[in-house]
Amino acid sequence: MKQFLFFIQKEFYHLLRDKRTLFILFGMPVVQIVIFGFALTNEVKNSRIAILDQSKDEVTASITQQLEASQYFDIEKNLQSEADIEPAFREGKIKLVIVFPSQFQSTLLHTNTAPIQLIADATDPNVANTLTNYASAIILDYQNNIRGNQDFPYMIQTEMRMLYNPQMKGSYNFVPGVMAMVLMLVCAMMTSISIVREKEIGTMEVILVSPMVPLRVVIAKMVPYLLLSMINIGSILVLSVFALDVPIQGSLLLLVFECFLFTITSLALGLFISSITNSQQTAMLISLMGMFLPTIMFSGFMFPVENMPLPLQIISNVVPAKWFYYIVKAVMIKGLGFFSIWKETMILAGMTTVLMLISIKKFKTRLE
Amino acid sequence: MKEDFAISVRELTKRFNDFTAVNAITFDVKQGEIFGFLGANGAGKTTAMRMLCGLSFPTSGQAMVAGYDLYQDAEKIKKSIGYMSQKFSLYEDLTIRENIRFYGGIYGLNDHEIKSKTETLVHQLHLEEQVNKLVKSLPLGWKQKLSFSVAMIHQPKIVFLDEPTGGVDPITRREFWTLIYQAASKGTTVFVTTHYMDEAEYCDRVSIMVDGRIDALDTPLELKRKFNAPSMEEVFVQLARKAKRGD
Repeated sequence: MKQFLFFIQKEFYHLLRDKRTLFILFGMPVVQIVIFGFALTNEVKNSRIAILDQSKDEVTASITQQLEASQYFDIEKNLQSEADIEPAFREGKIKLVIVFPSQFQSTLLHTNTAPIQLIADATDPNVANTLTNYASAIILDYQNNIRGNQDFPYMIQTEMRMLYNPQMKGSYNFVPGVMAMVLMLVCAMMTSISIVREKEIGTMEVILVSPMVPLRVVIAKMVPYLLLSMINIGSILVLSVFALDVPIQGSLLLLVFECFLFTITSLALGLFISSITNSQQTAMLISLMGMFLPTIMFSGFMFPVENMPLPLQIISNVVPAKWFYYIVKAVMIKGLGFFSIWKETMILAGMTTVLMLISIKKFKTRLE
Repeated sequence: MKEDFAISVRELTKRFNDFTAVNAITFDVKQGEIFGFLGANGAGKTTAMRMLCGLSFPTSGQAMVAGYDLYQDAEKIKKSIGYMSQKFSLYEDLTIRENIRFYGGIYGLNDHEIKSKTETLVHQLHLEEQVNKLVKSLPLGWKQKLSFSVAMIHQPKIVFLDEPTGGVDPITRREFWTLIYQAASKGTTVFVTTHYMDEAEYCDRVSIMVDGRIDALDTPLELKRKFNAPSMEEVFVQLARKAKRGD
């Protein structure tokens, strides 16, 4: 036991002496949360649009005003003719052009129908889609207003409720994602590097010649990163609750437990990586390409897994982050209890056990 | 196999797939002896040493180290031996004191033992002023000496040194050998590999490996006589020339 404590103490020396890495390890989650929370977002806000108003009447003025009033649009330009549309898009700032044909109001009043054209820059299809939807909604809203209290004989009304995330905030989606990313990076990458470094500098041989039991070496290597990760989880949760207003709906204890489990999974992955390579660079590359990238791609954090082709969906099942992401979303955002996520938890626990067993077995014999 | 040998090896063999790194070597090392383990690069000496240290499993053959069977009592062997690897094996980002503490710790020394060991060791190496400095600030020669002393921290019966003086100047090498002699005089068996033939002359007995086999084993004096050579260097060159595999 004493041996073990000496070893952990040494690991902490390594960790604390390397100020730059330490700064990155603690700073990374904070920076990621801040960047994702305030800078990177797939919500569409303040998009620049242009209006080509060939009618210039009361109705078009009022619709334009409502567009301008919404948080989604900023009217950048008033175009004079159809010939201005192309150049406006080419400049690249304008994402949407709204075209009112001439005689808009009178057409509307006399024929009861009038066309508005929405032209969007679809180089980014998602943004184009969102913008046209927003604009249509605002126009529809206006139409409902002018219709007044006139009753139609049949009317289907859609009523929407955004469950769990009424304000449709992107942060509800990425806080769990950032957690998976940070844990994966800190645990898998740092553990693998710290073990492989000892192989590189030759101290691992000396340790293995000593009476220190390999299993204890492995555990001692993991303890500091486990602790570090728990601190990181803490800072992510505090930031998300207080800075991003993402509440923790479910049990905090359950959430922390699941984070703990995933940390162990990541540590096991790191150990596994260290058992298949002998150089720090390779370990880093494998962690980034083999762990970090799949975490981003297959966890559902950036790209919905349901929309992927079947083979990719099947692959996504072996990515631990996918299960963790699901669990965190369920507990943190939906407020579900353990009975709703026990299956996913078991899958994660199973993966961890298998990885751990393989890596420990490999660790013992790897200097053969 | 007799018990009074520090190391006793019979037909020890290591094969990697169809490559025989170590080919049925047999030798004994007496207690308190400085045993030079020589061979060209790729002759198999590091592999042989790693098997004796428990870092690598033999393919076949028998070996007793410090009176324990290599297969049965690997854990007991670990407690009885010290090892200094080819690569420099202290932590550069730890101080001298912390390195000593760590290695003392993993060999199961208690706080009190570590403290007194640190003092003797630091005094012996004249490192009093550097004891709280990071190891990376030390010159290579001092690191090697420190590394050796750390490998001896638990007073092992046998210490394995894998090219301990690689890359250090002649004066430091001489000082290093003084440390080796001190250890041997206290009864520690020293098993050392080297490429420096002047160091081979310092050994009590020397074995020379060629292509995975031990081609010669005797005192330096006797070897020179047998091969009719003026120096160990000449003996080594005569033997190593026969080698079919390079590195």
